[in-house]
Amino acid sequence: MAGFIVRRLALLVVVVVGMTLITFILTHVVPGDPARMLAGQHATLDQVEAFRRLYGLDRPLPEQYLIYMNGLLKGDLGQSLTTRRPVLDDLRQFLPATLELTSAALVLVILGGIPLGVLAAVRRGKALDHVIRVVTVGGVSLPVFWLGIALQIVLYRWLGWLPIGGRLGIVDIEPARVTGMYTVDALIAGDTATFVSALVYLILPASTLAAGSLAVVTRMTRAASIEVLDANYVRTARAKGLFETVILRRHVLRNAMIPTMTVIGLQVGTLLAGNVLTEVVFNWPGIGLYAVNAISYLDYAAIMGVTVTISLVYVTVNLLVDIAYVVLDPRISYGARD
Amino acid sequence: MAANPAAAVPTADAPVARGGRVRRGARRLLRNPLSAIGLAFAIGFVAIAIAAPLLAPMDPLAMNPGGRLAEPSAAHWLGTDDGGRDVLSRLIHGTRSSLLAALGILTLATAIGTAVGLTAGYFGGWIDEILMRLTDMFLAFPALVLAMGMAAALGPSLINAVLATALVWWPWYARLVRGQTLQLKTEAFVEAARIAGASGPRIAVRHILRNCWTPITVQMSLDVGYAILTLSGLSFIGLGAQPPTPEWGSMVSIGRDYFLEQWWLVTCPGVAIFLSVMAFNLLGDGLHEAFSPRLARG
Repeated sequence: MAGFIVRRLALLVVVVVGMTLITFILTHVVPGDPARMLAGQHATLDQVEAFRRLYGLDRPLPEQYLIYMNGLLKGDLGQSLTTRRPVLDDLRQFLPATLELTSAALVLVILGGIPLGVLAAVRRGKALDHVIRVVTVGGVSLPVFWLGIALQIVLYRWLGWLPIGGRLGIVDIEPARVTGMYTVDALIAGDTATFVSALVYLILPASTLAAGSLAVVTRMTRAASIEVLDANYVRTARAKGLFETVILRRHVLRNAMIPTMTVIGLQVGTLLAGNVLTEVVFNWPGIGLYAVNAISYLDYAAIMGVTVTISLVYVTVNLLVDIAYVVLDPRISYGARD
Repeated sequence: MAANPAAAVPTADAPVARGGRVRRGARRLLRNPLSAIGLAFAIGFVAIAIAAPLLAPMDPLAMNPGGRLAEPSAAHWLGTDDGGRDVLSRLIHGTRSSLLAALGILTLATAIGTAVGLTAGYFGGWIDEILMRLTDMFLAFPALVLAMGMAAALGPSLINAVLATALVWWPWYARLVRGQTLQLKTEAFVEAARIAGASGPRIAVRHILRNCWTPITVQMSLDVGYAILTLSGLSFIGLGAQPPTPEWGSMVSIGRDYFLEQWWLVTCPGVAIFLSVMAFNLLGDGLHEAFSPRLARG
């Protein structure tokens, strides 16, 4: 087990280095000139050159990459051209909001998708199964940004039930920062009112973000559960006279969880990417919104910081999923990869 | 063991088995009502895209400052946007740009992916190792985030968004084609072609690639919807089509400024994206089930 984790961690390092290389090449082989952008339209050539030197943009590309990597190892992601602060500080400020939104969506996906999938499998071919199938096909076809806007129109404009966006109301006071996630920080501070408010502000963005993945996980759980329901050991369990709920929990769910886990792991990537669009729609101050702002200013350091951070989270989650396999299914040998 | 029934037939190209399989698959596809609905809608969208200039009642770019943000009426069935442009006409022309762009993504991604996968699978060894590690590297990114970075680097335009998306999508096709190639490489008809003296590239293209088309086509049909979604997402954040080009994602983006009062401005293009993606998803699922029944159970 330890050897397996070490091997996977080594692979993680290789992947991360590769990722920084890809993003670096991408963001540096561009037609735009960030130094000119930064100095402004009316800057003189000298001023532009000064900015170029200041941010190291005059060095050869390989050298710029080495400087970047060297800094990365020390936790230095460079200076953002837009906020004029270290990218690491920006990420530290904006990442918790993104993680809070992603986690909330993930909770909705797991708590909704798995029971719905099992339900559809148990009721296979019945009306409920068809309804769930149509709704899930619809769910994966919804553009996340449009779903968000549609929910804003109905639940904010027409019904007035939920706030339109942001993380807290104007009257709410930000909880003392511990994790940066308002719901968690409010709980730590014992401030129930702020907690409830933060939760209310989470409902729309988290539901928007979750919709597509919820549909995918439901479909996957259904398919996996059907496979298990047809297996011989389930027939044996039935023949033994076990209660259907026991069979579902002990045999079906546990075995169907393995393929479902993979899909959930992959959905974290979808959620992180969907975050960007959701954050723009709901004005949610996470790294997605930060990235979109950075893009319009060709802010290399910020774009790379966000890409590397999102990819790192994604790769780490996939590693955790692989480890979870071994825990869930002792038959999987962790010596062999692929 | 062969996943591809045609491949098991020990003739050079197995054309007979292939024709029969297509007909059988088509019959299976139409028997499923949801797939048939998907097919009908998909054909409808393609028809709208082709006949867009004939169908659109007005010029999608014609401004009319006096008639800005008009509600749906007899003159403008779906109202007008912030420039007084007819939303219905823009929607119809948007079908064309959205579908063409999706087609562009899939064609490019398939071309790159097939070349990489075929090369890796056919030659094996260190070539395979290098190409597949590169593929893994790309797969380690969440696709939309990488596409965003690329589109930003290339500069915002519809063509660049298509390029960027294709550049992050090819690894899936590379994996698929490599897997097929590895399997087909050991089949009797490939062996026969080799003994008959066919050259390496000829075997790879004429015998192996030809038998990869079914899974590639099925995968492409599954991806059309995602291509439309990804592209509209990029346009929504300003990295795809630039206004006033009629494109669904950028129409939602423009409509967003007025969505609390003029809700139809975002609703119409949103529904268009939703319906087209849903149609292609249903069709793709149907094709997947019809042509690889072993894989798509339940």
